[in-house]
Amino acid sequence: MKGYRRYFLNKAGWFVITLIAAFLLNFFLPRMMPGDPVAAIVARQAQGMSNSTGVQAIYEQYTKLFGTDKPLFQQFFIYMGNVLRGDFGYSFSQYPRTVAEVLSASLWWTVVLQFPAIIFGWVVGNSLGAIAAYRKGGLDKVAMPISILISNLPAFGMAVILLVVFAATLKWLPASGGYAFDMIPSLSVNFLGSALLHYILPFASIVLLAIGGQAIGMRSMAIYELNADYVRYSRFMGIKDNQISRYVFRNAMLPQITGLALAIGTMIGGALVAEIIFSYPGLGTVLLTAISGRDYPLISAVTLIITIMALIANFAIEILYGFIDPRIKAAQSD
Amino acid sequence: MRHTFRQAFSSGKFVTGFVILMGLLLLVILYPLIFRAPPLQIIAQGTFFPPGIYVSAYDSINAPTTYTLNLDGAAAKRVAAKLKDEDRVAMKEWLVVAGVPEDQIDISDAQKLLTLWAENYDPAKQVKGMTLARQRYFQRVNNAIQGLLSTEGAIIAVRQPESGALQEAGAVKQTDYVNISEVPNVRILPLGTDNFGRDVFAQLVRAIGVSLLIGIVAGLIATGIGLVLGLLAGYVGGAVDDVINFITNIFLVIPSLVLLILISFSVGQESRGAFTVAVVIGVTSWVWTTRAVRAQVISLRNRDHVNLSKLSGHSLFRIIRGDILPYIMSYVFMALILQISAAILAEANLSILGLGPRTTDVPTLGLMMQWAMIYQAHILGKWWAYFPVLISITLITFSMNLMITGLDQVFNPQLRN
Repeated sequence: MKGYRRYFLNKAGWFVITLIAAFLLNFFLPRMMPGDPVAAIVARQAQGMSNSTGVQAIYEQYTKLFGTDKPLFQQFFIYMGNVLRGDFGYSFSQYPRTVAEVLSASLWWTVVLQFPAIIFGWVVGNSLGAIAAYRKGGLDKVAMPISILISNLPAFGMAVILLVVFAATLKWLPASGGYAFDMIPSLSVNFLGSALLHYILPFASIVLLAIGGQAIGMRSMAIYELNADYVRYSRFMGIKDNQISRYVFRNAMLPQITGLALAIGTMIGGALVAEIIFSYPGLGTVLLTAISGRDYPLISAVTLIITIMALIANFAIEILYGFIDPRIKAAQSD
Repeated sequence: MRHTFRQAFSSGKFVTGFVILMGLLLLVILYPLIFRAPPLQIIAQGTFFPPGIYVSAYDSINAPTTYTLNLDGAAAKRVAAKLKDEDRVAMKEWLVVAGVPEDQIDISDAQKLLTLWAENYDPAKQVKGMTLARQRYFQRVNNAIQGLLSTEGAIIAVRQPESGALQEAGAVKQTDYVNISEVPNVRILPLGTDNFGRDVFAQLVRAIGVSLLIGIVAGLIATGIGLVLGLLAGYVGGAVDDVINFITNIFLVIPSLVLLILISFSVGQESRGAFTVAVVIGVTSWVWTTRAVRAQVISLRNRDHVNLSKLSGHSLFRIIRGDILPYIMSYVFMALILQISAAILAEANLSILGLGPRTTDVPTLGLMMQWAMIYQAHILGKWWAYFPVLISITLITFSMNLMITGLDQVFNPQLRN
């Protein structure tokens, strides 16, 4: 276990560093932009107001609200303290709800939708890719062009197509929302059934995309491995094909896991946009309303949460990878 | 260089992708030369006109010559256009309720059905259990089929300016035809109009061009930054490498969409043109290239020919240009294509979030998608507003990925087979 500890500490260190960097970016990026963000917000809020003292009053109130009258580093510490206490301030567009309230209502929808979908799509995609590489014949010729085409669809495109086919045309499944509009979230059977029905299409759109992309990667990885010397050597040694394919699969799997760790951020981003198409009550839809409502505190909180989600997912995958790849142990213990 | 090109074009996948992309480019370049109408002009009053050829009704009545054609089945087609199958079924239903024996009604015989209808239908009749909406529906059907079987033409009347009385100015017989080339005002809308009443096809062609440009600008910026940082980190090494690697590791995990959103929102709607969006996408997506270039350069750094150059006292710039770049150029070119297609997707994602280029001057694929979604074209079944856009995005990324796969097989012999 000693070798692992160094690996995990290293990964944990990177997790903390990236978290801090993400936090800094989230705070400083908007503030590094030319122009006064508060002035811009006030200009939007006060559109059509001719009373200049009124505009001035609004401006002063906002600078106080945001604390922009204080020096930047002081602002940063106040912001950090607030965020650590879970206080993101009030939402502009959904006042008097606080940002924390809005987020806590939507975060779980996203988590429950995206992570199972991405993992499921990844597993199925990799299995298909490996089978395609191994069998070559008919399956490979049919399945590969289809997955190439699917993986080239933008995330929202898959969502739109599923929506049009299964919700708007066939009317098998609901087109939008996370549950029937006449229901109140609760733990009743009715509500869960409705939520499940609304879950299918967004889930399928994320899964299908993940399958397409992963299958292609896995297929070329596995073909690469199948041509490796150790495979030929094993064949000469008379090892059974089943055993060899297990070696190949395992070796081809490793880069796919790293690939997942690196792609998870992009996948979450794409899935957020897919959520918007289905008006799913998760973070994607919140982000859309925040942007259209120019709700600054909400946007920055949502982007922070998304980043943290991606970081945690990435960290979890890397920890898992540490257990799976024997080279990690070997590299760390010498 | 020429050899590399010949090799690339020997790959079927690369050629297929290249041909698709060139086809799109040709369309983008040639279409505006032939049809000069500005793509963002609002021409239709109303939303989502379906695709088709639009002929001015006024001009066709006043066409210089009318031709008489006696075509079989013209009357039947005319009836069919007004009397849909579901209307016929509904009419049968009403007639059965009104007391006509069911076996006497044959909905495939329009003539008989219409006579029966004319004899039995009474708009004032209250049918038990029928909703008002349903009654209105039958009244509408009744109005629509009035005079459907008449063999008379229609009379065109003009209003006298003084008295306001109508005076016959001409007549249109049922057998009158006009030649479409003699009608002065005909507009082909291959993909109908969008929610604002703009020609979707013209807009789409322009949007493909703009999106490709955004992709190219963003791709060049991203690949440029990635190449320079990767070369520095890989070749110079030491503290420079540590710093660059540190930054790269951080940005690798932070979702680029998050950075895009933060920067785009801060830039503000007014100053967010297509070019700005392209730059923003470019400066947030160099990470992958940097990492890959760095890895390749590190593997090249200690090759004999590089060491020889170093011993000969060549400058850093000359070593990089002469001894390192040629080895990684094929990879950089593939990375560029990948960045372009990723940037086009990023623009689309941003636009759907409402952070795309400002909407007044140019269309982009993402903006077209955004408007179609906002006006719910997908739920209303207006496929022409969003489906061609999706197809275009997919075709672009598909063709580029094909090119990359083809190149990959040319440059990595292990992947062939």
